[in-house]
Amino acid sequence: MTAPTSLVPPTDSAPEMAARTRRELMAGVLQRQGAAIVLVVMVAIAWLSYPHFGTADNLRELALQSSFLAVIALGMTFVIISGGIDLSVGSVYALGGVLAAYGSQWGFVVALLLPLAVCGLIGLINGLLVAKTGMAPFIVTLASLLFARGLLLAITQEGATTYKIAPDSDFLALGRGTFLGLGIPVYVALILCVAGSVLLKQTRFGQSVFATGGAESSALLMGLPVARTKVSVYTMSGLLAGFAGAMTAAYLQSGVTVIGIGLELDAISVVVIGGTLLVGGAGTILGTVIGVLLRNVIQNIINQIGTLDSNFQSVVSGAFLLVVVVIQRFLARARK
Amino acid sequence: MTSTDTGTRSSRARKSGWLQAYGVYLAVVVLLAFNLLFTANFLSGANFRTQLLQAAPVCIVALGMALVIGTEGVDLSVGAVMALSAALIPLYLGYGVFLSILMALAAGLVAGLFNGFLVAYIGIQPIVATLALLVGGRGLALVIAEGRLVEVRNPEFLALGNDDLFGIPVSVLVAAVLSVVVGLLVRRTTFGRRLVAIGGNRSASTLAGLPVKPVLLGVYALCGVFAAVAGVLATARLGASDPADTGMLMELSAITAVVVGGTPLTGGRVRVLGTVMGAVLMQLVHATLIKHDLPDSTAQMVQAAIIVVAVYAARERSSR
Repeated sequence: MTAPTSLVPPTDSAPEMAARTRRELMAGVLQRQGAAIVLVVMVAIAWLSYPHFGTADNLRELALQSSFLAVIALGMTFVIISGGIDLSVGSVYALGGVLAAYGSQWGFVVALLLPLAVCGLIGLINGLLVAKTGMAPFIVTLASLLFARGLLLAITQEGATTYKIAPDSDFLALGRGTFLGLGIPVYVALILCVAGSVLLKQTRFGQSVFATGGAESSALLMGLPVARTKVSVYTMSGLLAGFAGAMTAAYLQSGVTVIGIGLELDAISVVVIGGTLLVGGAGTILGTVIGVLLRNVIQNIINQIGTLDSNFQSVVSGAFLLVVVVIQRFLARARK
Repeated sequence: MTSTDTGTRSSRARKSGWLQAYGVYLAVVVLLAFNLLFTANFLSGANFRTQLLQAAPVCIVALGMALVIGTEGVDLSVGAVMALSAALIPLYLGYGVFLSILMALAAGLVAGLFNGFLVAYIGIQPIVATLALLVGGRGLALVIAEGRLVEVRNPEFLALGNDDLFGIPVSVLVAAVLSVVVGLLVRRTTFGRRLVAIGGNRSASTLAGLPVKPVLLGVYALCGVFAAVAGVLATARLGASDPADTGMLMELSAITAVVVGGTPLTGGRVRVLGTVMGAVLMQLVHATLIKHDLPDSTAQMVQAAIIVVAVYAARERSSR
């Protein structure tokens, strides 16, 4: 990619140089903080236009709804930064919910560990196939999208059985419990995201995730454990999607079989909106969280308007994703 | 020592190359043989007719997808484009069958041009560019149709889905004609040569002065039109415009058919006959599982396994 703009003539006056660096800086800030700026603007508009938006009930609901998607998008962020993509999270999420509801009859530990074990295994297989055979990540995870959905149908007698969680089960607290007015899932998502951010930024593992996505062959030559890194990120993604499913089951009090269809697209969109590059090698967890909030604020506004039907939501999501990607592309060009 | 080493390696490479190129034909033959032996009522004209009718839409979409994959791209929006074209049919049916089909195809063309523009001129990765339309396109189709299933009663239009021409169902005929057209396009035209060259090595193509961007635009436009054709045929066969379900997961079936047919995801090669056979194979797998009363869950898991095995067999060796 040698764009002609990169051929800078060496005879540049100092003020021109300064102007250019300032422009590059601005482009960089916009690329990284664009979603945050839009989020602030959207929240301000919603707050002023719809009296219901600012109520404690609505904000609490917004935070709760965001927490499930945030957990899934956290795993997706790691996968995308490593240069891959995970299309199986929607199915794995649904499978995790069903397994949690199924396992809840044997108590809290089984309800939590069963989905984690199975979904983690699916993620592990994804990772092994991607890392060891060199197959394209989107094909591998497309196949496991089908597989997880098939497994879900097999467990639920072709979707005819919906496992319910007993109303006295202590597992319900994971989804429905509250602490200081906020739902438990909000805290869990927050803790996971902070931990993920530390893992990504402060540890050797995080650095090799960046290196794998940024320049795989260089990472290999430097002796980084590229294959192990890939296996780890897909396993994490599977674990987190399954866990989000378990939390959702606890919230809904049952393992709903039809959820999670198309959820992988939501997760990818919010990660991209948050400034993570789909080619890998760059991204932040904070950006992803902002992306999740932005998506749900927009959805909330559409609900507040009330006259728009739910199908309009996906049109807005698609258009929004597009605008963000196009802007990212232009900003990346401006920085070069 | 070294000579035998290279000898075994090259024979292994040749074997895997052979498997990649012709594995799909072998699989179709094996499945056909299995069904002839073990499936009751398989060997009947009516059954073959049904199988071909079912395979036709996937085959048409897969042809467009094969062209896109040949350029090292992918089009995830084909299912949504099918839904869009299905949603438009009943709106214009009052003005005549011809116009309504034309409008549906125009929608496919616009969608394809839109994808192509994003990929070729803005420089967005194909997965993301077409993902946006996958998310938004079906929503738009549902908004257009107000979320409803609309029954289509126009007999001329329904004939497209159910009638025969020269003893062959119309949609199968359409799929056959399009297959020949795409085959000729890839092998006999400058456009086809350029498409393959771009997929093989994009920067070399640019440096060689090929019109990379217009060709890419054209490829995505074609893929959009093909998806719209499949949407029209699916609507005619169903006898109703159903934007909620038409083309659901079609991108998955089409990509699988293309890859199983021996077209590498890394671009630079398009196997048209292999793609057609890939579509037939997926339909045969589906039919076999259904006819032996395997539940949907097992069918999906088997399909997942087939995708993985096929892509594993077809993956590019690192020799390139």
